[in-house]
Formats: sequence, structure tokens, C-alpha cells
Amino acid sequence: MSEAAQDRTVNRSAMQVSDEVAIEINNMNKWYGTFHVLRDINLTVNRGERIVICGPSGSGKSTLIRCINRLEEHQSGQIIVDGTELSSDLKNIDKIRSEVGMCFQHFNLFPHLTILENCTLAPIWVRKTPKKEAEATAMHFLEKVKIPEQANKYPGQLSGGQQQRVAIARSLCMKPRIMLFDEPTSALDPEMIKEVLDTMIELAEEGMTMICVTHEMGFAQAVANRVIFMDQGQIVEQNEPKEFFNNPRSERTKLFLSQILGH
Amino acid sequence: MSDTHAQTVAFVREGMLDQQPPPTREAGTVKWVRENLFPTWLNAILTIVSLYVIWVVVSTFVMWAFSPTWNATSLSECRQMLEELGRSTETACWGVIRDRWEQLLFGFYPSDLYWRPTVALIVLLAGLGPVLFGTFPRWFMGFSLASPFLIFLLLWGGPIWLPLTVALGFGLGVVAFRVFSRVNQIVAVLVAIVIPLLYWLLLAWPLASELARVMPIGLEPVQSKQFGGFMLSIVIGVTAIVLSLPLGILLALGRASNLFIVTKLSVVFIEIIRGVPLIVWLFTASLLLNYFLPPGTNFDLTLRVIIMVTLFSAAYIAEVVRGGLSAVPKGQYEGANSLGLSYWQSMQLIVLPQALKISIPGIVNTFIGLFKDTTLVLFIGLLDPLGLINSIRASTDWNGIYWELYVFVALLFFVACFSMGRYSLHLEKKLQREHR
Ligand SMILES: Nc1ncnc2c1ncn2[C@@H]1O[C@H](COP(=O)(O)OP(=O)(O)O)[C@@H](O)[C@H]1O
Ligand SMILES: [Mg+2]
Repeated sequence: MSEAAQDRTVNRSAMQVSDEVAIEINNMNKWYGTFHVLRDINLTVNRGERIVICGPSGSGKSTLIRCINRLEEHQSGQIIVDGTELSSDLKNIDKIRSEVGMCFQHFNLFPHLTILENCTLAPIWVRKTPKKEAEATAMHFLEKVKIPEQANKYPGQLSGGQQQRVAIARSLCMKPRIMLFDEPTSALDPEMIKEVLDTMIELAEEGMTMICVTHEMGFAQAVANRVIFMDQGQIVEQNEPKEFFNNPRSERTKLFLSQILGH
Repeated sequence: MSDTHAQTVAFVREGMLDQQPPPTREAGTVKWVRENLFPTWLNAILTIVSLYVIWVVVSTFVMWAFSPTWNATSLSECRQMLEELGRSTETACWGVIRDRWEQLLFGFYPSDLYWRPTVALIVLLAGLGPVLFGTFPRWFMGFSLASPFLIFLLLWGGPIWLPLTVALGFGLGVVAFRVFSRVNQIVAVLVAIVIPLLYWLLLAWPLASELARVMPIGLEPVQSKQFGGFMLSIVIGVTAIVLSLPLGILLALGRASNLFIVTKLSVVFIEIIRGVPLIVWLFTASLLLNYFLPPGTNFDLTLRVIIMVTLFSAAYIAEVVRGGLSAVPKGQYEGANSLGLSYWQSMQLIVLPQALKISIPGIVNTFIGLFKDTTLVLFIGLLDPLGLINSIRASTDWNGIYWELYVFVALLFFVACFSMGRYSLHLEKKLQREHR
């Protein structure tokens, strides 16, 4: 576990949670064949919330956030993102995907395109932004994640931490209203975790709505306004970080926390 | 310390010696030969035997090939020349190549029009330039797009209006797509297919013949059955290569798609085409299709062959590309999807560039095979180089000759296929450098 978040004082002033609902999930269920991965998920995320999801491996965390931009399909219940219900209508899916940014554990950068092209691709093709403008935006976000000098390199030439920051910049170029992170630091060497977490903290400070699957508890304590614990496809417990870490209610949460915090 | 040395050792060198070259036994060629050709007795014997075999083969070939018979006009004249020189009659008679090379290259294309296929070849190479090497100015791409029509006009001749009206169909398709894509992508694709098809079926031909009547500009027409020789191989091979790549990619995408009917149709098509020998398909093209076509229609045999060869190679390309598609990590599809790219966008921009890069060796391999397989058209009566060899050998002048002709044709094919192989290596290296 990294202490990254404690290294700097996190400015919580801009992290306002509004009343507006960004994501609403009602009684959602999902099966892989006969395997019931997600059971009766109910979750409401307001605009400006920073939610950390944790839980043992295989508990369905990735599946849950992948349902939110429909990389996975749910079988029953409702998912409403930005007021649009996810259905098999292609138009809705493409609209939601361009509003919801996502960062993956293994970055999923496009290896045959330069860093700059990775960042301008979707704005140019999906949003029909003129190339010049898309490049200016891309450079702006690359500066924000502190790697503008790598713009003309290929992903394979960058370190893991740099690649993950490019992936964040790539998502930001679409000006998403919600960001999903699926274990963004767990494929990284320890010394690179901090640079990625710092980028995510900055994003939170600007008021981005974020859902992060991560085991970086320092990050959760510093940034999250809610921590969700999942086990066996269910949301077992959710609470604000202080309460969650100091007074976990269920036995499963206690066990998980004791394992992950190494006490 | 130095004192003790002075007493125990008689001589101590003051400075370092310069580096000396290693003994000849341990350096350069001598060392290489010793280590690689004569390291043990067994290897030494094998080396000597191999050298002897190579010597025999090469010297026999050179003795056979080095033969000043360029001017002979018939086999008997050539034999006579060789006898006068005191050479064995088992020596090459290159006169046949001088006498018949034009036929081997152009078949029975009218000899006063040989310039037309020659110019067509130049247009082809120039048109392929930007596609193959991508370092040309943008306007040159326009030339590449126009080159198929130009080549058609040069080879088949006739009024210039037919290729122009056909090209107009593509233009209509593009315009229709542009206009309708503002409404809906799928509608735009459909319209862009339907409008040109209707135009070609209903309007193009009357329009072309009317224009030809009013303004008879054009080249002297040449029938496909006059095509032959290496030119025929290139016409069939290049057309099939150019058409089968996009078709094969579509089939591969179809097979990998999750639309049930599309998948099944692609699989059935690929397996049926691939499961039957090309020669059977060629016979089908030449014989069977006549039964299905309305009587009296004269559907050009060369065209039928081109269609068959294209379909055949498309099935192979599809399988090669499918391998490339499944080698692209799932994360790439997800990355593309999560950014909101549509299916076609993510295929075109993300998946295919990577899949095709992986498939290059297999694709070029298929093309080389396809190009050599064009010689099979011999069996349905088209005069490819091998067919012409048969007819040359049947002539009274050159009755009994064969090696020289086959060596010549082999050389032509070798140059073409070897260039394709080299190009594939070049492309792989270039993409390696660019993408890492
Ligand atoms: N495509 C799939 N097909 C079948 N089972 C899957 C698939 N993806 C994930 N699973 C299973 O679903 C469960 C939840 O997976 P996941 O959401 O990745 O867990 P987590 O991210 O919490 O580790 C695991 O047991 C996993 O084996
Ligand atoms: Mg996971």
C-alpha cells in the first residue's frame, strides 16, 4: 500500500457533491452463463462524488464498473447514466461511452499510434473536433499529467506510470463527466504508483465524478467521500472513509481490511 | 616493493606492449574456414563432398547456359551452330527466346499495340507506389484511384466512355455516402451501395454507348482471348490480389463478428471455397457457368477466371487475417469501445492496423501462391506462359525444345514473387521501426 496521498495536502474545497444524480443502478443482476456475478446491486452516485470500490479478487468489482459503460451487459435491473438508461440501443451506448471515461489496469493504449494520436483519435472521430483543436486539447491534458514532452513517442517507449497517465489524458480529451478507474495502479512498480495517484487526486480536486476500483487505502482516505466493499457479487458495506476504516460493521469487511492493511 | 622485485626478478618490462594481431591461424577467413568447414574429420569430408556437388551442378548449368546461339531462328539451325562450335547438342538454344519473347510476354496481343500493355504496366507500378510506400504527395492518390480505369482502357481498348461511366458510379457512391451519412451511417452505407449498383445496371451501359455514338473517341478494341503470356498472369494475378484483400478482410470480420447470420455465411463461404481445389473452380468458371447464364450471353472467360481466383484467394486471406484479429489483445477492443468509437471506427483505426501488421507475412505468402497458381488457367484453354510454351514447342521451328522456355518463364515468376517477398520484409521492418 502506498502512502502517496499522505505526502501532499489534498485540497478538498472544490470536491463538492451536488444533489444531481450522475449514475443510478437499481436491482441490477448479471450472470456469466450460469454464474451469478452481480447480485441485486443498488447504487446511486451523485455528481462530484469520489467513490472507491474495494473487495477481494473475483468479487465482481471490475464487472460492476464495466457495466456502467456497457463493456459488459447486465441482464436485469436498471442502469441510468446521466439520465440515459443503458439498453441495447447502439446510439445510447456510444453516447454514454463518450461521456464516461475509463482507465484500465493494463492501460490499453493503442501501440501503433503516438501518444498524441492516442489522445486525439476519439475527439476527431467521435466528436468530429477539427484536428488542430483536438491536438491543442491533447497537449493541454498531456501537460496536466506532466508528460507533454513524450507526445510524439509510441506507448511502448514509455514507462508503466507514464502510460497510465497518458491513458488518463486520453480519457480526459473526450471531456467526460464521469471517470471510471479499474485498478489503475495495480500493474505498476511501487515508485510509479505515486505519480498516477497524484494525477487522480488532482482530477478529484477539480470536482470530477469518479468511481475507482483500487486497493490504495491512502488514496481512499484522502480523496474518497464513500468507500464501498464488495464480496461475492454483492455490495456488503458502504460508508464514508473514516467510519469505513475505523468501524467496519461486517465481519467480512473486517477480515478484508485486516488482510489488506497487513495488521 | 620495487626493491624486492629488483632482486627476485631478472627483468621487468617498463611499459605495456602494443596489441599485436592474432596469429593468422586464429584470425579472419582462415579461422572461419577452420571452425566452420573443417572442425572435425567428418565435417571435412562432408565439406569436400558438398563442394564437389555444388561444382558439378553449377559448372553443368553454366556450360549449358553459356551458349552463343542468340541468333538461331530454329532448333535445327541452333544445333548446326553448336556443332560448328564443337559444343555438345545438350547446350541451350537461346534463339527461341529472342524469336518468341514477345509472345511469351504478350500472347496474341496485336504486335503493333504492344505499347499499350507496356504503358499499362508503368501506370500500374506508378499507381501502386503511394499504396505500397505511402511517401507520395496527396494528389498522387488520385492517380492511384484513376489507374484501374486507365489500365482497363489501355488493355481492352474501345471507347473511353465505358471506363469513365463506370468510374462515375463510384463517384456517385461516394457523394451519396457523404450526403446520407449526415442522416445515419447505416442508411448511408446502404444508399452508397444501392445507387451505384442501380446506375451500373440500368444507366451506365446505355449512357456509354450513346456517348460513344456521339463522340467516338477511344482506342482500338482488343478481345480478352487475345491476351496471353506473362501479361495474362499479371492481369489475373494483380486484379485478384487487389480485390481479394478487401474482400478477405470483410470475410474475416464477418467470421469474427457476433451477428449469427453474418458469421455463419462467412464460415460457409470460406470453407466451401477453400475446401475445393482451385482447378475445380476454374473448370466451374469455364464450363458450368455457361449452363446457368442465359443462352447467348457472352460472359468473358478471362473475367470469370478473375472472379474465381479472387474469391479463392479471398477465402485464404480471410483465414490469415482472422489469425491476426485474434492476436490483437482484448484490451484494444475495450480501449476503443470505452472511448465511444463505433464498430467500424474501432476496426478501421485500432484493430485492423494491428491485425494486418501481424498478418503481413501470411498475406504476402498467400499472394505469392495465388500469383503462381494463375498458371493453372492453362487447363481451361487460356494462354498463360505455360500454355504458350506448349504452343511454341508444337511449332515446326522449335519442336523439341523445352528447358530454355521453362527457365525463362521461371525467371519471370521468380522476379515477381521474390519482389513481393522482399516488399513484405521491407514493410514488416518499417512497421517494426514505427510502432515498436
Ligand atoms: N468474461 C467472463 N466470463 C466468465 N466469467 C467471468 C468473466 N469475467 C469475469 N468472470 C468471473 O466473474 C467474477 C468477477 O470478476 P471480476 O469482476 O473481474 O472480479 P474483480 O475485478 O473483483 O477481481 C470472477 O469470478 C471471474 O472469474
Ligand atoms: Mg478486476
